Amino acid sequence: MQAIIQVNNLSKTYPSGFQALQNIELEIRRGEIFALLGPNGAGKTTLISIICGIVNPGEGTVLVDGLDIVQQYRKARQRIGLVPQELSVSIFETVWDTVSFSRGLFGKPADPAYLQQLLRDLSLWDKKDSKIMTLSGGMKRRVLIAKALAHQPQILFLDEPTAGVDVELRRDMWQMIRRLRDSGVTIILTTHYIEEAEDMADRIGVIRAGKLILVDDKTSLMQKLGKKQLLLQLTTPLQQIPVALAGYQLQLSADNNQLIYTYDAQQEQATITSLLRQLNTQGIEFSDLHTRESSLEDIFIGLVGDAA
Amino acid sequence: MNVYAIKAIYLFELARTWRTLMQSIASPVLSTSLYFIVFGSAIGSRMVAIDGISYGAFIVPGLIMLTVLTESTSNASFGIYMPKFSGTIYEILSAPVSAVEIILGYVGAAASKAILLGLIILFTAQFFVDFSIMHPLWMLTFLVLTAISFSLFGFIIGVLANSFEQLQIVPLMVITPLTFLGGSFYSISMLPPLWQQITLFNPVVYLISGFRWSFYGVADVNVGLSLAMILLFMASCIAVICWIFHTGYKVKV
Repeated sequence: MQAIIQVNNLSKTYPSGFQALQNIELEIRRGEIFALLGPNGAGKTTLISIICGIVNPGEGTVLVDGLDIVQQYRKARQRIGLVPQELSVSIFETVWDTVSFSRGLFGKPADPAYLQQLLRDLSLWDKKDSKIMTLSGGMKRRVLIAKALAHQPQILFLDEPTAGVDVELRRDMWQMIRRLRDSGVTIILTTHYIEEAEDMADRIGVIRAGKLILVDDKTSLMQKLGKKQLLLQLTTPLQQIPVALAGYQLQLSADNNQLIYTYDAQQEQATITSLLRQLNTQGIEFSDLHTRESSLEDIFIGLVGDAA
Repeated sequence: MNVYAIKAIYLFELARTWRTLMQSIASPVLSTSLYFIVFGSAIGSRMVAIDGISYGAFIVPGLIMLTVLTESTSNASFGIYMPKFSGTIYEILSAPVSAVEIILGYVGAAASKAILLGLIILFTAQFFVDFSIMHPLWMLTFLVLTAISFSLFGFIIGVLANSFEQLQIVPLMVITPLTFLGGSFYSISMLPPLWQQITLFNPVVYLISGFRWSFYGVADVNVGLSLAMILLFMASCIAVICWIFHTGYKVKV
């Protein structure tokens, strides 16, 4: 199936001389949730801004649903909705007016029934006649989402959608994003909350200093780069790791009460059986055991750590 | 042509006028009424007629022009500067709209408002002075062309301005003096010969002269020249705007 967004060899240098993006190659698949991760200033917002038409591309091309964003900008942009990072919204207007404005701006005839449903879905319907300046930060954020969805786009960009949003609202927002994905909308988001990307995204791209250093399925990324650990709670503390167990990647916890075995998540787990057998032979007993996996955050820090 | 977008921008801008009704309509009408009371009725009644026109009637076209010029400039400049200032310009930039559509929306709204104000003042003037309009169609033509030209001019200022101060400096420091010195309150034939020559470099002279001709059939400069000057000014503004959008100057990096 044709990619819904195709970025080819995209580079961008700002007039100040700052090179924000270098030779980006990226394909966004139709209907997926794609999370773009990276430290501040890595180029996430520049990449989104170029695709949406806010910043001029330097070199390279971007196709949206097969349409060139420069040559065929009208058709390309009609397919895209953007929720910006900043709460930029005309505060003197009412919710209804600003959402209607957005729909018109993107070339769609008025459709009060659709807008009503949209505002209901975002729990904004009872605020439709309120001026935006009277709304809370979380509501303003939802107004921005409503504006981005007012013209029924196929692609939704969310730049840091949950920054400064409380826990409950964040959960609601993710539910809404899932519903949107289920209705066929492709979603591209940036976030600082990596656990959210881990929770939500189908695929993940990591950008560092203007370069896309990795794009992968979340699950295979976790498998490939993730480490697993087996933790064994000892009945009697050990002073040191017995020589017979030197072949295993073992660590002793600081209080000598725990043995930590780190292994590759992809490997066969047969080594665990042999380790446990060895422990038995050595007469080392344990009262409890559990495993833990490294989170996406651990992986992310490992990837960008040296630059961040 | 994205007609829905033009309509959306146009209505948004007119809604802004409506929200600020006191500031945008009541205050220019009030200040112009004060001019009529002071210069038209009170002082004007003691002044001799100019070109056979009573002084009160003589200043009507100039006062309308004063309002139309300042209002179209400041409105159009404010209209495009605000989204830049508040950050909501992202939506305009990411929308499937062309430069022409953006201009039609913003400039169209600013010009409409200025024309409406001009007509309101014209209507108000009837209560203070007696006057007649000899060429109503030409009067409307001059009014519309001037409103559009100076709305284009205001749009340029709004795009280029980096602060509210810069935004206001042109209407205050340039438009108002040029209008006052452009023959709003006098005929340039009343000036010493040297100043008559210097005044001809003031573009507003041509606008007011042409506009006054449409009322009373008398003009300081040839009416064809007046028309040509407005069109020239409009063409210059369009050229600058084309250049801004072509290069993305101050709009898009």
